[in-house]
Amino acid sequence: MSQSSNNSNTEQVAEDKITSSTFMEGIWENNPVFVMLLGLCPVLAVTNSTINALAMGLATMFVLLASGGLVSILRNHIPKQVRIATYIIIIATFVTIVDYLIQAISLELYNALGAFIQLIVANCMILGRAEAFASRNPPMKTFVNNLGMGIGFTIALLCLGTVREMLGSGTLLGFPLFGATFEPWVVMILPPGGFFVLGGWLLLFDWLKNRKEEQAKLAEIQEAPLGN
Amino acid sequence: MSDMTNTQAAPQQPASTAMIVTLSLIAALSGFLVVSVYQFTKPIIAENKRLAIEQAVLQVIPESTAYQPMVLDNGKLMKPGETEGGITIYVAYDKNKEFIGVAADGQAQGYQDKIQLIYGYKPACECITGKKIIKLAETPGLGDKIITDAKFNANFDALSAKIHKSGTKLAHKIVATNPGKKNFPWQIDSISGATISSVAVGKAINDSAQVILPQVNRFLAKLKEERYEPVIQQQ
Repeated sequence: MSQSSNNSNTEQVAEDKITSSTFMEGIWENNPVFVMLLGLCPVLAVTNSTINALAMGLATMFVLLASGGLVSILRNHIPKQVRIATYIIIIATFVTIVDYLIQAISLELYNALGAFIQLIVANCMILGRAEAFASRNPPMKTFVNNLGMGIGFTIALLCLGTVREMLGSGTLLGFPLFGATFEPWVVMILPPGGFFVLGGWLLLFDWLKNRKEEQAKLAEIQEAPLGN
Repeated sequence: MSDMTNTQAAPQQPASTAMIVTLSLIAALSGFLVVSVYQFTKPIIAENKRLAIEQAVLQVIPESTAYQPMVLDNGKLMKPGETEGGITIYVAYDKNKEFIGVAADGQAQGYQDKIQLIYGYKPACECITGKKIIKLAETPGLGDKIITDAKFNANFDALSAKIHKSGTKLAHKIVATNPGKKNFPWQIDSISGATISSVAVGKAINDSAQVILPQVNRFLAKLKEERYEPVIQQQ
């Protein structure tokens, strides 16, 4: 590190710059659920309805933003040896806060989310972001990145929640969609449905990615001179 | 790289004070935040819980407009706070502030997990007047019909719960029968496809009613006479 000290100032400034990819990273390129496959426990467990998925996504985003912010502010004061313990205390604090806040907002929602509120503390996405991003970047940049990650996570939960609620209960946000003749696929709101729908979404995203790559390859070949 | 780890490995030992200080400060900050939020949300959460119970009590006892909790402990009827422990019952009043009935909690093992409910009892008809499921983890679409199924809920419009003449138990055990086999007013017609959940509802009510209702019956005069001023009025 000392070797590059003369460059470090300019590099630091470049690194601290907030670009659109700082925000978009979590939503698309490195979506925590569909690309990094992190935090799948709540993704599978509480997405049996849209409202549960939304609440879980927002709760996780709150913890992510608050803990990321605090970790980022304290990043230069935390000794390396105890950093994980410190992150866990910080995360656990905000999870407890979110737990009380949800009880205050709606007991019904609290009962529906069950133990998964407390289990946000074990969501590897949050610890992962604290370790990989917040501990190395200034608060503002961390905030923007974590906001992207949180939105990406919430979108992923909603992707599962809406599909499972539509197929499993025939409703969306509690409003009936298909009329009385629709027989709900109950399996979709049971645990196996979570795996089916997650598998379906992963398949779709992988297929899109592959198709894009193949098209890029095809374009490359077509552009290349015939002699090659 | 190896050069870096060597230089970093050496000062690791003396840094323990910094570690302790950091962890202590973080823990203190954490404690402060959690306690502040706890203090802030405590009254709101208590109010939410009270509203949830109130809603349930007023629903299971038709025509009730207010209620207050009372405690049955060692064969005595007391106000909450006068005793530790005991069984909480919810005494309900009609719009003239007359005693109308009581509601109580019950629970029994369902298909997945314990089913918790509140049921209402009116001494005037000696019957259960309604039930509301508070918590369940039954299979969606099957077991959770015990909340929504209209035919099943009709069982609890006037479910007979006469007290045995010995005054210590119910005259008949409240029990869920097989679907379509209800012959007596103290039986509950199960939902086809949700028999285990239906039986659990019957058991939850029976277990609780066998203990509580005879005691309520004994205190009936007291409950009617004392005209407790309900603290909580429906808006």
